[in-house]
Amino acid sequence: MERLLNFVYQYRAFFTFLVLQLFCGWLIVENNQYQNTKFFNSSNRLAANIAGFSQGVREYFALRKINVALAEENARLRTRLEQRTQSFYQLDTRELRDPAIINRFEYVSAKVVSNSTHQFKNYITIDKGQADGVQPGMAVISHEGAVGKVKSTSQHFSVLISLLNIDEHVSAMLKRTGHFGTVQWDGLDPRYTQLRFIPRHVNPLPGDTVVTSGYNAIFPPGILVGIVQDVKLKEEAPFYEIKVELAQDFGRLAFVDVVKSNLKAEQDSLETKGEMR
Amino acid sequence: MTRGGILSVVYFFMYLLLQVALLKKLVLFDVAFCFLYVAFVLMLPIEINVVWLMLVGFLLGFFVDIFYDSLGLHTFALVLVAYLRNYWLATITPQGGYDSGQGPTLAVNGMQWFLVYTVPLVFVHHAVLFFIEAGGFGLFWFTMLKILSSLLFTVATMLILQYLAPARS
Repeated sequence: MERLLNFVYQYRAFFTFLVLQLFCGWLIVENNQYQNTKFFNSSNRLAANIAGFSQGVREYFALRKINVALAEENARLRTRLEQRTQSFYQLDTRELRDPAIINRFEYVSAKVVSNSTHQFKNYITIDKGQADGVQPGMAVISHEGAVGKVKSTSQHFSVLISLLNIDEHVSAMLKRTGHFGTVQWDGLDPRYTQLRFIPRHVNPLPGDTVVTSGYNAIFPPGILVGIVQDVKLKEEAPFYEIKVELAQDFGRLAFVDVVKSNLKAEQDSLETKGEMR
Repeated sequence: MTRGGILSVVYFFMYLLLQVALLKKLVLFDVAFCFLYVAFVLMLPIEINVVWLMLVGFLLGFFVDIFYDSLGLHTFALVLVAYLRNYWLATITPQGGYDSGQGPTLAVNGMQWFLVYTVPLVFVHHAVLFFIEAGGFGLFWFTMLKILSSLLFTVATMLILQYLAPARS
């Protein structure tokens, strides 16, 4: 026993090293698990405040652009609303009368506190948390397009998995043909992402619009993801390789909307019931 | 606590703040990152105990990770560098040994020695960091490009800091 202790003491540096590295390895694996509420990430108050200060300083230089973007969005929304009212004037369908369907999606506006685009796994921190009803798993969009999913929350801040994260998959479809696949980033260029699993018989063209499919009840259907930039089909490959130019410029993300899907529990429980049969 | 100890604590927070508030946003050409916080571990006094060095590295890496949302990643790379540092210092001891009480700085040991000291360690740090983040060797050449350009960036920044720092007597 004494010799064992001596041995450990003699090589204490190496053993400390081993213990620390194992602990780090465990943290890395644990952190890659999907959704969770944790303290040690940028949603904790001190980290978020420091990041928020740093973002605040940078924001002054972009204020003019942000203002213009917001004003444009306001005008666009007002036009859309007016068009909607006009076109629904004479209709009387269930979609218009059932409040559960009308209020299917609620939006919480949030400000970006911290954002990165150059890593392989990019995350975004925003300034709304559990206190505002944000939960892990919710979708996040901006006025330009889809942004990501909520990974973890604290009382007043949340961390999002950006679409620019090699682990993030979003169900999407080609608007023109209606075929759906998965959007997943390849880690290379923050302006482009990949649309995968579009089968051979479809004929996607550069310029096609890619939108969210709404099949998983997280994203509302029809949210813009991007525009098809380049289509490749390898000999013998079952699926196309489609390069999609992202609608959202992640480099200058300022305000986002968290989407609360009020019917998600209902849809999920129905779908799992279907699977059990 | 000695004067050096207090200074080290101040440097710890300076490197941390600099890294997470400024350098995190500073990415050149989409591929060159500046992980200057490695310099904190590299610049600690030569005689420091390796166990302490690893614990300090662990703490700094952990704080950096909180801001990068990559729990464990920077910690892993930095503890590795802290472990290797003293062995590497012993390997490249200049003739006549190190002067006691001096840090492993450019001013004391000269440019050539400084590069031999920092470049391999920073390379190990970046290589471990980027390959773990990429989740394997799938994007080997792109990751290699990131590692090498970041190596240049980080070492260049370290050199600039070395010239800026007042020569401590």
